[in-house]
Amino acid sequence: MQKIEEKAKKAQKKKATYGEDIELEKFVRQAEPVSYANLDPEEQKRLHQTGLDLNGQGHSGAFFQSDCSVVHCQSTYKGLEVLPIKEAAKAYENIKDYWWQAVSVDTDKYTAASELDLDNGYFIRALPGEKVIYPVQACLYIRKEKFAQHLHNIIIAEEGSELHIITGCATSPHLVSGLHIGVSEFYIKKGAKLTFTMIHNWGEDVYVRPRSGVIIEEDGVFISNYISLRPVRSLQTYPSATLAGRGAVARFNSILVAPPGSELDIGAKVTLKAPEARAEIISRAISTGGKIIARGLLVGEVPGIKAHLECKGLILSEKGIIRAIPELEGQASGVDMSHEAAVGKIAQEEIEYLMARGLSEEEATSTIVRGFLNVQIDGLPAELQAEIEAAVKESEKALI
Amino acid sequence: MLELKDLWVEVEGRPILKGVNFKIEQGETHILFGKNGSGKTTLLLTLMGFSRYKIINGAIIFKGQDVTAFSPHERASLGIGISFQRPPTLHGVRLRDMLTICGNGSGRGEVLATQYNFADFLDREVNLGFSGGEIKKSELLQLLTQDPDLVLLDEPESGVDVENLNVIGQMIKELLQKKLKRHRQKSGLIISHTGFILNYLEADKGHILLDGKIHCQGNPREMFEEIQKCGYEECARCRR
Repeated sequence: MQKIEEKAKKAQKKKATYGEDIELEKFVRQAEPVSYANLDPEEQKRLHQTGLDLNGQGHSGAFFQSDCSVVHCQSTYKGLEVLPIKEAAKAYENIKDYWWQAVSVDTDKYTAASELDLDNGYFIRALPGEKVIYPVQACLYIRKEKFAQHLHNIIIAEEGSELHIITGCATSPHLVSGLHIGVSEFYIKKGAKLTFTMIHNWGEDVYVRPRSGVIIEEDGVFISNYISLRPVRSLQTYPSATLAGRGAVARFNSILVAPPGSELDIGAKVTLKAPEARAEIISRAISTGGKIIARGLLVGEVPGIKAHLECKGLILSEKGIIRAIPELEGQASGVDMSHEAAVGKIAQEEIEYLMARGLSEEEATSTIVRGFLNVQIDGLPAELQAEIEAAVKESEKALI
Repeated sequence: MLELKDLWVEVEGRPILKGVNFKIEQGETHILFGKNGSGKTTLLLTLMGFSRYKIINGAIIFKGQDVTAFSPHERASLGIGISFQRPPTLHGVRLRDMLTICGNGSGRGEVLATQYNFADFLDREVNLGFSGGEIKKSELLQLLTQDPDLVLLDEPESGVDVENLNVIGQMIKELLQKKLKRHRQKSGLIISHTGFILNYLEADKGHILLDGKIHCQGNPREMFEEIQKCGYEECARCRR
């Protein structure tokens, strides 16, 4: 642990490879503890929008952290553990096997800040063989003006288990500016399956720097759905997944909308290290005036892997910018890797096709946009798919 | 029902239709013959109001109203419907959604899909990976759901296998109320290369479009036999 701290200290000033550099000193680190009852109805509504339901209905567990305090943390399924990370660190001696093992502590100043001055975060673990069918609901919330939230999350799907997590990230409707630093480390053991759905719901002047790493063992499956449809000042993330065992699978799906003033720099890197590993990175990006950079890097190290990358962008306003940067790196003969990228506007032919079926131009455009964002995700429980569709539908009103 | 008056149309600055005139009365079905590139599809898409097809002269009168400047949406609301030869793929839009749109929110489309053995396609994205025949079936299903008064069909038989030709034929008969002997309300304008459609329904009139103009009008069956025998060159020479 001493060594980790030293590394973190050395990285304290290290700028991130991508995204605007943020001066951490401009944010505050002190916030008063809160309970759910402290939140006014408008805030409760905002939380409800992220899918947070403290009654636990339809969920296997829930975690809610506001600023630095854990407000709610519960597991209602016996094969599932949900703990604040600080508690887990005390309870489990072997946490060091997972602490900064999928993400490097000296990646940049944000990972360093999370290590050196941690608020909290969640530890979620599905025990071996347990199929936790109902999702675990997590919500990370910033309430205090100018607060910098420092989190570290660890998620473990033990051998043969199945786990679905939906995280809603949000800021108080009263808040103008804030910073979210969230480190997440995912460990998917042999034959386990984890789906992780993240719905961002920030404010116009909020900065977000998630730092995620994933290690997937033999026949493990990891599916990430990353959804950011509302304004955010700057969101930059570039999770990295390693397919370490034979037949491991990773899929990253992103659905992104950038309104004017928002900048999203979102990518994913998957390294395929074992035969029969499969990876897919799919993004759908819409700019209504903001900027989106959609990155993707697939690295195939051994023969017999298969990987595909797909970036599609629609620019719906004069000023929007979408930049797609798909990259493939094959390091052996016998890899099967491909990518496709397209950025443009809606084809007039498609609009008129729908108009010929009775829709107005506006309705036709909105139908196409909804279709564009409607990524059918294999392996996702129906209620999560419905939740994603609801989020897309909600944002669509603002889009057109 | 429909009248075209001296219709001149250009596509990307290139003149395609050069003064088309004809009339379709209520309850009538007309067949449009013509070589590839003669302007048949242009004529149909112009009638539907697609923006790529610029009307530079003339008028389209539908149900007594000048619709020349109307959008596809307005024309659809008035009762014009089209089956496309090569419709675009709508990513993320399921056929089920499309049928809901066509039926203006009613569940009619799903009932028809079952009736025509197409229910397996309801959750497929519109036209994504559809075969030629499946596209035609899907288009006709959308039209049946929409139930227009003027039906425009662009080569409804192309790419359809022999087994499915019969189904396509039945769907078109249904669209055009061919079972009704009297008081038929629906009119049709059908582009046909193969004349297949004549085996399924009685058409009232045929037109040959050559080089952007209607060259010949008459009994569609006789015209088709003539075309089969002598080709379109004969029409160009004859110019009845």
